[in-house]
Amino acid sequence: MQMSSIVKTTADILFPFILIYGLYIIIHGHLTPGGGFQGGAILASGVLLLLLAYRYTESTKIVRQVVMKSFESTGLLLFIIAALSAMVIGAGFFFNWLSPGGFIFGDVVAYGSAVANLNTGGLIPMMNIAVGLEVVGAISVILLALLSGIKEKI
Amino acid sequence: MIEMILHAFILIGMIVAAILVFFFKDLVSAAVAFGLFSFLLAIEFYLLQAPDVAIAEAAIGAGLTTAAFIIAIRGTARQEGDEV
Repeated sequence: MQMSSIVKTTADILFPFILIYGLYIIIHGHLTPGGGFQGGAILASGVLLLLLAYRYTESTKIVRQVVMKSFESTGLLLFIIAALSAMVIGAGFFFNWLSPGGFIFGDVVAYGSAVANLNTGGLIPMMNIAVGLEVVGAISVILLALLSGIKEKI
Repeated sequence: MIEMILHAFILIGMIVAAILVFFFKDLVSAAVAFGLFSFLLAIEFYLLQAPDVAIAEAAIGAGLTTAAFIIAIRGTARQEGDEV
């Protein structure tokens, strides 16, 4: 089924905004509601918009299954490397060794501050990013597998 | 008082949406009613001071699940009880 050009144009216009919103939810995961999973789901719904607006043969040129699978694997690897990296310096599994005074995300949270500081949290923002990558890859692979099973020309 | 009225409206709307999902024979209408149910549930979560769950419910329930149902309906039959 061929979608109308209204749907295609709307999807093209809305896609970058949904992408920015999902990335915002992921990056601010340790400060505001949301986090890796929610932001990844929002990013995947943006990918879904492209998949539904275009035909399957067209949309697989934009959203490639190999890329989504590598996103998923990269997210999982990043998460487990971030968890294991604390053991290199002699601390326990998942120890947040970056939190006070690390080279990135290392600021100390000001006491009683009303203004949230993005540069805090240590390993937690990195793990949010890893979970976001993993979720967007996994859900996109599921949707591509669902769409590829339809015999009708989408 | 105004919060109670809002809660009552949303909960009644959720019940109506769930009953509509049961009674619709057109499966696309049923999927859209299920999306409405998820949307109202997300608003209810937000009213109950759980914005984290509300974001997850809005993205997964109202967005991705509805789309997955519609993709599956496209692959099979539109009406309930049809032969494929």
